[in-house]
Amino acid sequence: MSSVSVSDPAVESVIRRRTPRIVATPTQWVVWGGVIAFMIFLMGTVGSVLVNSFGRTWFDSWWPQGFTTEWYAQSWTQFDLSQVFLVTLEVTGAVLLISLLIGVPASYVLARKSFPGKGLLNLLFLMPIMVPPITYGIPLATALYRFGLAGNMSGVILANLVPSVPFVIMTMTPFVEQLDPALENAARMCGAGTGVIFRRILMPLLVPGMLAAGILVLVRTVGMFELTFLTSGNSSQTIVVALFNSMNAAGIRAQQSVDAMAVMYMLMMLIILLVALKFVNPTQLVARVKEAPQE
Amino acid sequence: MSVGTLPVSAVPADPRGAWRHRMADRGIDRTLWLLLPAVIFVVALFVYPFLYGLSLSLTPSADTPGIFGNYAKFFADSYYSSTIWLTLRLAIPATLFNTLAAVPFAYWMRGRFPGKRAVTTMLVVPITLGTVLTAEGLLNFLGNAGWLNRFLMLIHVINTPLKLTYNYWGVFLSLILSGFPFAFLLILSYTSGIDPTLERAASTLGASTWQRFMRITLPLLAPGLATTFSLAFVMAFSVFPSALMLGNPHGDEHVIAIAAYEQAYTYYNYSYASAIAMVMGAVELLVIAAVQALRRTFYIGTTGGKGA
Repeated sequence: MSSVSVSDPAVESVIRRRTPRIVATPTQWVVWGGVIAFMIFLMGTVGSVLVNSFGRTWFDSWWPQGFTTEWYAQSWTQFDLSQVFLVTLEVTGAVLLISLLIGVPASYVLARKSFPGKGLLNLLFLMPIMVPPITYGIPLATALYRFGLAGNMSGVILANLVPSVPFVIMTMTPFVEQLDPALENAARMCGAGTGVIFRRILMPLLVPGMLAAGILVLVRTVGMFELTFLTSGNSSQTIVVALFNSMNAAGIRAQQSVDAMAVMYMLMMLIILLVALKFVNPTQLVARVKEAPQE
Repeated sequence: MSVGTLPVSAVPADPRGAWRHRMADRGIDRTLWLLLPAVIFVVALFVYPFLYGLSLSLTPSADTPGIFGNYAKFFADSYYSSTIWLTLRLAIPATLFNTLAAVPFAYWMRGRFPGKRAVTTMLVVPITLGTVLTAEGLLNFLGNAGWLNRFLMLIHVINTPLKLTYNYWGVFLSLILSGFPFAFLLILSYTSGIDPTLERAASTLGASTWQRFMRITLPLLAPGLATTFSLAFVMAFSVFPSALMLGNPHGDEHVIAIAAYEQAYTYYNYSYASAIAMVMGAVELLVIAAVQALRRTFYIGTTGGKGA
């Protein structure tokens, strides 16, 4: 009995050689499949909001029946978006400025000095990042309401500072660490006072770090839902909170005008993201990780 | 700073200067004042509210006698005590999935290649958009007449629409859509920190891909995995807007964040709400402590790169 030709090892190897790409390693299959599935979900999620915001009516079909831009105008007046955008701008600007003012001097000391209790202080600054906003947000909002500071803009700003200041400290401390202290010492040797050293030596060196930290705080503050939600009143809602509230009041408003607001929010975030990525690495938007030495 | 400019002979003559000098030797000098705003901030806006919440949660009231009355009420009421389980049931599988699924991706993308920045940028989009927008989009996309169900019916995978909204799966998918990129970007920074020569050395000694992964990369990645799991868990555990919008917030997706929120803002029972928030923090820290303890049973030492 002669063996069947298909089980011949030589033939088998020929078959295998003919289709090398399709027999890519299983890992690559899984990875590509995952990437595609993730993309489909992301595109579907973003796309359905986008399409619905332009649709006239859209019930049981692939596409809406006809397109219109009237939802945007309606959404702008209905949700008082000029006020909402103004609040978002003011809150973000204030949080940005205050968190840099508080955080940068602190990170300078933490980077340059060692003193008793430094470890404890570092832990204290890390806590607001490690604890989820809802957990400390509820006691925080309660305390702020007690002093009449919540339900208005000041409450929203104060609450948003809680994760922002530690974030500035976490970003700036490694940045200051890599500045050479010899520069400051040399300036002092040449007779510069503390004020001059600060203005002429430190400030110019710190600007890139402050820019990166500021951008990260900006992205996080505009997107911060929980803390703003817990502390804002009717006239102090940022865009995310206004979006959430209008979604939950569904039935009263047309879903399309809610989605039009969502698209405006999305555009705003994407523009901020594009600007941010000019200055920082994508990973830095997520967490404080030391830069991989690659770019 | 003026301490440094004092003439040395003046130090013993002036007792204040001598004292300052001794303190400066220990690192205490006037630059520490720069820390003051940050310390005031963290005490006033984080430590004080936390202690205030803690004391509120321990304050007895008419229906919750005793110091631990609010906590006793929480654990006695199954509608509330079950929130711990309902939250963990969502957060742990989602975090496990996100962390473990991110490993092959990050392992594969650990080197340099063109377009790496484009991929990471794309992944950062859902994080930037935030949970509220993701939930809104998923409601449209996963709904009965949404594109996903339409497509699956078109290719005859299913005959009736899958129910993916207002239940466990909607919330779970939203946790993955915003949590996976987060875990991936973190793990990617850990895998690119592992010295590639280690794997090459193992390869010359005859180790297969699988052996190299199991015996070299995985042990070196363990600290990064533990950190990523912890950070991703913090996010998933505080699931709030997506549970409200994509889940059944009064039923199976009555998560602990919703419980705390409704007590504070619907019933204005701040002491009970604070107690729930404290329970939430405690459960979360317990899970993180367990993960860190588990991580210690793995390789301990330098990771050859920047590691944890």
